[in-house]
Amino acid sequence: MAAPPHLEFERDMVELQEEIDKLLEMAEKKEIDVSRELAELRRRLGAMREDTYRNLSPIEQVQVARHPRRPYTLDYIQRIATDWIELHGDRAYRDDAAIVGGWARIGGHSVMLIGHQKGRDMKENLRRNFGMPHPEGYRKALRLMRLAEKFGRPVITLIDTPGAYPGIGAEERGQAEAIAMNLREMARLRTPLISVVIGEGGSGGALALGVTDQILMLEHAIYSVISPEGCAAILWRSAEHRDKAAHALKLTSDDLHALEVADEIVPEPPGGAHSDWDAAGEHLRSALLQNLESLEALSPEALLDARWRKFERIGAWKEDEGDE
Amino acid sequence: MAWFRKPKKPIQASERRDLPSDVFDKCEGCGEILYREKLLQNLKVCPHCDHHFMFSATEYVQVLSDEGSFEELGRGLRSADPLEFTDLKPYAERLAAAERKVGGGEAVVTGRARLDGNPVALGVMDFRFIGGSMGSVVGEKIARVGRLALEEERPLLLVSASGGARMMEGTYSLMQMAKTSAMLARLHEASVPYISILTHPTTGGVTASFAMLGDVHLAEPGALIGFAGPRVIEETIKQELPEGFQRSEFLSEHGMVDRVVDRRKLRETVCLLLGHMAPEWRSE
Repeated sequence: MAAPPHLEFERDMVELQEEIDKLLEMAEKKEIDVSRELAELRRRLGAMREDTYRNLSPIEQVQVARHPRRPYTLDYIQRIATDWIELHGDRAYRDDAAIVGGWARIGGHSVMLIGHQKGRDMKENLRRNFGMPHPEGYRKALRLMRLAEKFGRPVITLIDTPGAYPGIGAEERGQAEAIAMNLREMARLRTPLISVVIGEGGSGGALALGVTDQILMLEHAIYSVISPEGCAAILWRSAEHRDKAAHALKLTSDDLHALEVADEIVPEPPGGAHSDWDAAGEHLRSALLQNLESLEALSPEALLDARWRKFERIGAWKEDEGDE
Repeated sequence: MAWFRKPKKPIQASERRDLPSDVFDKCEGCGEILYREKLLQNLKVCPHCDHHFMFSATEYVQVLSDEGSFEELGRGLRSADPLEFTDLKPYAERLAAAERKVGGGEAVVTGRARLDGNPVALGVMDFRFIGGSMGSVVGEKIARVGRLALEEERPLLLVSASGGARMMEGTYSLMQMAKTSAMLARLHEASVPYISILTHPTTGGVTASFAMLGDVHLAEPGALIGFAGPRVIEETIKQELPEGFQRSEFLSEHGMVDRVVDRRKLRETVCLLLGHMAPEWRSE
């Protein structure tokens, strides 16, 4: 197997893995028992992984969230759902492959599952525009959410996008209006809504799937108003300061849980979701099942009321005394 | 054919005239020198080329409400700097500087007002305050003026001018898009009219939330309105943008705004619309 692309801070782990592979190969060739050495190396690797991933800096979190081997929406759907059937098109302009959606079954629940979809290789990325939607993507998502509402099914969205696409066509076809309309309409859908940031929660393009009763984040996902590169370019006048911007923006799951934007952090396997897709899917599935159970117990009125209150509270401000 | 080769005298850039800056203004549109007083009487629209000069929040409040009727709300709201954000300069310093510049307040002014004697809820953004960016305070003030409109059944008027979400409050700023839109969802359900007035410039998270959620969208002529900024788009697609891209007229052509309205007609247009949409509206 070719070595997977790895990040700078993963180098020691990759080297250790290579050592293990070599030992295995040698043992096979010479038919000797290396199980004790092997166990020791594997234990060291596990400890190293856990330690590294527990102490990632914000910019390292960003790199993990964008890891090219990280599972994407369709990878999760394969692992957490059955009876999946994808639905296409916004009924107005075209089908945007940067957002996928359709019916799926999770446990006993029939749900509408919608998510950003990045491509795994260049060809697929061109088709999926690197997971950056055009207006018709948001409009397709809204059409599918309304379909879910019509049949009393919950909506689950998986968020993973660098952001909205800055292009001429996207502006001509009103991406601002499309995002805004999703925000408003999600706020009044009479069915349970759950969003999970599975990788990159990039600004308005992410939020267009994010006005939900529960906001979950995978452990190494990020959610931000602007990319650290974009923020650094503007405020530090150079994208090279992205590590400082990543730190200042408070975009990790821990930060956002503390700021009460994320309701829940979904744990990832040691070494991140990309190191074990099945285990990552298992964690996600059980978190979704729990949330589905509790939200489906509520009436549409109670859901809406709680959703409005939730978003009404978000933010932090001071108020001088004596003013209304 | 000697005339053909005659060296042409390059056209001289009009000589710089030093003008007393408190009496005259030079039009950014046509270059005409304008008496400031006349320009003010004309609502800061150039009488020669109709170029709309930037208008302050106070000026819009004057245009969109009866004299002395505006009752400001939420003036005491201040950013709490929740991330303790520092880039090249601490956010706290930027806030203090912006407050000095506009004389207190934030990037939006909100309150109750009367328009031709009718009650309205009014919010006007102030681009001079950190580029009219939306952080927690702007989101909260918009949400409150929306709630006021809902509870007192007042038509809502919001005038936008913004560079987008305020980076220095991170994801909280992003979430103000959701917060303001959620409030507008309630207004929508209660059939309280909301007119969005888009002025130069309105971009980013403000466009992609309350500014694009009006029952009617009115845009001032020549205003830059979009989601992504033109420079970001140019850098992404590596080509020059077409003339007039993301201007009000372009948005009108693409069906994103109902009308492009000259500022001098703004008040009467709003009143005409509310005469149709607000059940209790009385025309003067």
